[in-house]
Amino acid sequence: MDTEKKPAIVVGAGPAGLCAAIELKKAGAPVILMDENSKPGGQLFKQIHKFFGSREHRAGVRGFDIGEELLAESLNLGIDVRLKTEVVGIEKGLKVWAVEDRSRSYTVDAATLILATGATENALSFPGWTLPGVMTAGCAQTLINVHRVLPGKKVLMIGSGNVGVIVAYQLMQAGAEVVAVIEALPRLGGYGVHTAKVRRAGVSFRCSTTIVRAEGKEGVERAIIARVDDRFKPIAGTEETLEVDTICLAVGLTPSIELACLAGCGEMYVPELGGNMPVHDEFMRSSVKSVYVVGDIAGVEEASTAMEEGRLAGIHAAWAMGYMDEPTMEARAEETKRRLRALRQGVFGQKRFAAKQRILEQEANS
Amino acid sequence: MTENRALGGARIEHHAILGDLEAAGLVRIFFEGRPLEAREGEPIMSALVAAGVKVFRYTKKGSPRRMFCGIGRCTDCVMMVDGIPGVRTCVTEVRDGMKVERQRGVGSWKTGTETGDGH
Repeated sequence: MDTEKKPAIVVGAGPAGLCAAIELKKAGAPVILMDENSKPGGQLFKQIHKFFGSREHRAGVRGFDIGEELLAESLNLGIDVRLKTEVVGIEKGLKVWAVEDRSRSYTVDAATLILATGATENALSFPGWTLPGVMTAGCAQTLINVHRVLPGKKVLMIGSGNVGVIVAYQLMQAGAEVVAVIEALPRLGGYGVHTAKVRRAGVSFRCSTTIVRAEGKEGVERAIIARVDDRFKPIAGTEETLEVDTICLAVGLTPSIELACLAGCGEMYVPELGGNMPVHDEFMRSSVKSVYVVGDIAGVEEASTAMEEGRLAGIHAAWAMGYMDEPTMEARAEETKRRLRALRQGVFGQKRFAAKQRILEQEANS
Repeated sequence: MTENRALGGARIEHHAILGDLEAAGLVRIFFEGRPLEAREGEPIMSALVAAGVKVFRYTKKGSPRRMFCGIGRCTDCVMMVDGIPGVRTCVTEVRDGMKVERQRGVGSWKTGTETGDGH
């Protein structure tokens, strides 16, 4: 087989995957973008808030608008986007096994694989957590912003990080009442500007507070919360009952690394970025050099960083496949890395930057 | 807009950021034999939420379940769809005439039923 004609396969058409595919296609490389969903965009279309960062990071632009722009660009470039296509296997020699429309199965020999499979929201186990009405914050966000249905009327949000406060605000925009946002840590976790907006709207924030149990017969009817001591144990006598029909969990995300495992990528545990994840070098290459990892699979951050990581991998892969000369690749990669560094500044960014540096060091020493 | 109002109170008609809900083609699905209107292109999950369905399935021990992750990862929302058990209703689009039933335990395959693209 003619090696040069083998395509790059990008798995996941969210912000990272779209950007990787766009860079590859712009360089003239053959690329196939696969996604199991019926629509591209990943989780961008439920992000109705304005993004952070500087102007070059699309600050002030809402997530769904960025999604529309990326889709238009990929459409204009004529990228081969295969929706309802699940990648279920990766064999040696980069044979990618895909199932289309849950009915047709085929394999493609890839020159390069870019995994942009994202992350999965964490669960939180407590008595009653399986009751209808308990769901992840992202689930509620998808329902209200993408499908335009309200899952409940009175909501308790667990977790005060950015996902918790942003979704709390969006639930109010959708017409729900947010009864409280609770946080197990003694301090709030989200950006001040988001948190303040929710607080100004009258929502009660409780730090050092956890959920003890959810009660109800066929669904959530109430939540019992309590204050916790410095070892996160509920303090007896501090229980309080909240009348709610919905409990949203915003307690972090874990990288979706199944395909990276199948591809044989080396892993590392990085708690600040969500748990176990494939290690990568400065160009987002995993320990398997023809496999790149970009976006949340390579450490849970934000759509803005995911897009830059996707571009970086796309640029480097285009060079590795022979579709870009080295000086161009180096200049463009450097530019992208500069924007990534800028996104990892500040109190929140520094922690992520330090964690990312550990990943690079681990990969360099392995 | 009139068609959408028929879909029930949980539908978000007006939104400060997203604007008014755009009109969409309607399809009819059957939930436990009861006809429900759904918006073309939406997943079964949201059509059921719009119709006020609170329980999607019961576990083997009779514990109720609805949805949890909403994006096809957790399988909490699985139901019997056109006779096929274990269908993730959050990532399976509605289709006119689709039969959706609450699943008990792992459900069972119904033979002789027409299969659609929801398996």
